Amino acid sequence: MSGVSLEVSDLTVHYRTLRGDVHALEGVGFTMADGEIMGLVGESGSGKSTLGKSLIRMDSRMRHVRGTVRLDGEELPIGDQAAMTPFRYHRVSLIPQYSMSALNPTRRIGRMIDELLESRGVRPASVRAELLRRLDLVGLSGQVLRRYPIELSGGMKQRVVMVLSTLLDPSLLIADEVTSALDVSTQRAVAQTLVEFRDRGYLAGMIFVSHDISLVNQIADTIMVMYAGKPVEKGTAEAVVNGPRHPYTRMLISSLPEVGVTHAERRLEGIPGSPPGLLDPPRGCRFRERCPLAFDKCDQEPPFVEVDRGHWAACWKAG
Amino acid sequence: MWRYFGRKLFVYALTFFVAVTINWMIPRFMPGDPVRSMLARASVGNAEALEAMRAYYSSLFGLDLPVWQQYLNFWGSLLRGDLGTSVWLFPTPVSEVILGAVPYTLGLLVPAILLSWIAGNKFGAFAARGRWLDNTVLPVGYLLTATPYMWLGILLAWSLGIVAGIFPTAGAYGFALQPSLSWAFVSSLVLHWFLPFLSLFLVAFGGWAIGMRNMIIYELEADYSSYLEALGAPRRLVRRYAFRNALLPQLTGLALQLGTIVAGALLTEIVFSYPGLGNLILEALNNRDFFLLQGAFLFIVLGVLIANFVIDVVYVLVDPRVRVQMQGGAA
Ligand SMILES: Nc1ncnc2c1ncn2[C@@H]1O[C@H](COP(=O)(O)OP(=O)(O)O)[C@@H](O)[C@H]1O
Ligand code: SF4
Ligand SMILES: [Mg+2]
Repeated sequence: MSGVSLEVSDLTVHYRTLRGDVHALEGVGFTMADGEIMGLVGESGSGKSTLGKSLIRMDSRMRHVRGTVRLDGEELPIGDQAAMTPFRYHRVSLIPQYSMSALNPTRRIGRMIDELLESRGVRPASVRAELLRRLDLVGLSGQVLRRYPIELSGGMKQRVVMVLSTLLDPSLLIADEVTSALDVSTQRAVAQTLVEFRDRGYLAGMIFVSHDISLVNQIADTIMVMYAGKPVEKGTAEAVVNGPRHPYTRMLISSLPEVGVTHAERRLEGIPGSPPGLLDPPRGCRFRERCPLAFDKCDQEPPFVEVDRGHWAACWKAG
Repeated sequence: MWRYFGRKLFVYALTFFVAVTINWMIPRFMPGDPVRSMLARASVGNAEALEAMRAYYSSLFGLDLPVWQQYLNFWGSLLRGDLGTSVWLFPTPVSEVILGAVPYTLGLLVPAILLSWIAGNKFGAFAARGRWLDNTVLPVGYLLTATPYMWLGILLAWSLGIVAGIFPTAGAYGFALQPSLSWAFVSSLVLHWFLPFLSLFLVAFGGWAIGMRNMIIYELEADYSSYLEALGAPRRLVRRYAFRNALLPQLTGLALQLGTIVAGALLTEIVFSYPGLGNLILEALNNRDFFLLQGAFLFIVLGVLIANFVIDVVYVLVDPRVRVQMQGGAA
C-alpha cells in the first residue's frame, strides 16, 4: 500500500424528488491508498449506494451539488455523464448488487461481452486469452461464453460478472452488496475471490459495500462507517473493530454477537431509534437523537478529523 | 421442444374440432326447418331451380338419418374439401365462393398486420427517446387504438374518398374492369385496396406503438441496462438490447390480438364493400346461406389457428429463454 489513489472531498449529492431534495451525501471526504480494500458499512439508507453510484454513474435523479473526486491524481467529472464515460469500466468499474440479472437475457454471454468491449474501444480478441484465464480462475470453463444467462446458476452469473467487471484492470472497483443475496459460505468465497483479484493486480482499489461488519472485517484493509449521509469513522479494520471511537460504531460493534465468529445473522440492527430524515436533515451531529453521549456542543457539526494515525472520526467526544 | 409443439398442436386441433362441431350444430338446431327458411329467403325466382335446391338440401341435411350419422357425414365431406353448395350463389360450391374471397381478405390482413407491427414497434421505440415526441405520440396512439375499426373506416371513406375524391370507397376494382394483368387493372386494384388497408393499419399501429413505447422504457430501466450504462456502454448498444427484448412481449401481444384484428378486418370489408370473407359473411347472413356462413367461419378459425401457431414457432426461435427451458425440459 503506497500513495493515495482516491481522494474524495466535500462530496455532496442530492436526489431530486417531488417533495424536495434528499440530502443523501453531505460533505463526504475520505482518502483511499493504492491497493486498499475499504469496507463501507452503515445502516440501510445511510448513503453507501449513493456514494458508490456517484463514483461511477449518477442516475438521472441525482444531482452533484459540490465536492471533488480525484482518482490517481486526476479529477473525475462525476457530474458530467458524457465526460465521465471514458473513465467508466476502464478506470472505475462496478459489480452491482443485482449480478443475477445484470446480463442481457437474450444474448449469449460471450457475444454480449464482445459487444460491450467493442463499444468501449477494446478489441475482444486482444483480451480473449485473459478472459478465459480469469474465468478459469473463478472455476468457470470457457463454455459459459456460449451460454445464455438463464443456463447459468446464480453463483456462476455472479462470477461471470466479477470477471467481466474487472477485465480491464480498473483502478477502482465498487462492489455494492455483492454478497447480500448469497448464503454464508458463498459470501465468503466471493469476498475472498475479490481479495485475490486485488492481489493479482486485476483491480487497484476496491470499495466493498456491505452491511455485514464481520464479513467486511475478514477481507477489508480499512473500514468506513456511514451514518445518515456522512462518514462517521474510518480506520484500519483492526482499529475500527477493536477500538471504535464514534459512539455509533461502538454501538454497532457491541450489537454483534461476537466479532469474528461465523454466524449468519449479524446485521446492523438493534440500535434503538431511527436515523433522521434526509429531506431536511437536522443541523449539528446527525446521530445526536440516538446518541447516549450527546451534550450541548453536539448541535454543532463535528468535523471528520484524524483522531489517531490513519483513524478518523466525526464526534466531539472522539478526540 | 417437440413435446412443446406437440402439445400446442393438440390444443389447436382440439380448438378446431370444437369450432367445427359448433359450426355444424348451429343450422341444425335452430328452430324451424332450416331448408325451408333458407329457401324462403333465397331470392330464386325460377321454380325449377327452387325445386332442384330443395331436393339437394333435403338430401344433404339427411334429416332422415340419425344425428350422429349426419355429424360423421359432415366431417367426411369436410375432409374431402366439400363445404356444400351456396344458397346465395346456387349452384356454386361454397369452397369455390370462399376461395374467391380469401385472397382479398389475406391481401388486406397480412400487409396490415405485418406493416403495422413493424412500423408501430419502430415508431414506439423512437417516441420513447424524447419527451416532445412522447407527448404527441402517446395521445395519438391511444386515440387510434380506442377508435373502432368501423368508425375509422367510415371516417377515411368519407374524408379521403368522398370529400377529397382521391380513393374509391367500394369494391376491389373498378366496375368496368375485368381481372387481368394490365396496368389499368392493377392500379385500380391498388387504389381500391388502399383505404381499407389504411384503416386497419392505423388502428393496429397505434396499439403497437404504445406497447413498444411502454415496453422499451421498462427494458431501459432493467438491471442489464443499468449495468451496461455503468460500464459506459453507449446509448446505442443499450437501446439495441432493449428494443430486441421489448419485441418479445409484443410478439405475444400479436398472438393475443390476432382475433380482434381479424374481426376488425371483416368489419372494414363491410364498410368498403370489399369482396373478402367479411363481405361474404354479410351476404350469407342476408341470404340465410348457412353453408356459406359455416365455410367462412371455418376458414377464419383455421386462419387464426395457423397464424397463432406460426407466432408460437417464431417466438421459440427468437427467445433463447424459452428455447433453453424447453431443451432443459426435454432432456
Ligand atoms: N432514487 C432516489 N430518490 C430519492 N431518494 C433516494 C433515492 N435513492 C436513494 N434515496 C435516499 O438516499 C438515501 C441514501 O440511500 P442509499 O445510498 O441507497 O443508502 P444505502 O445504500 O446505504 O442503503 C436514503 O435516505 C434513500 O432514501
Ligand atoms: S458528536 Fe455528540 S451526538 Fe454526535 S456522536 Fe459525538 S457525542 Fe454523540
Ligand atoms: Mg444500498
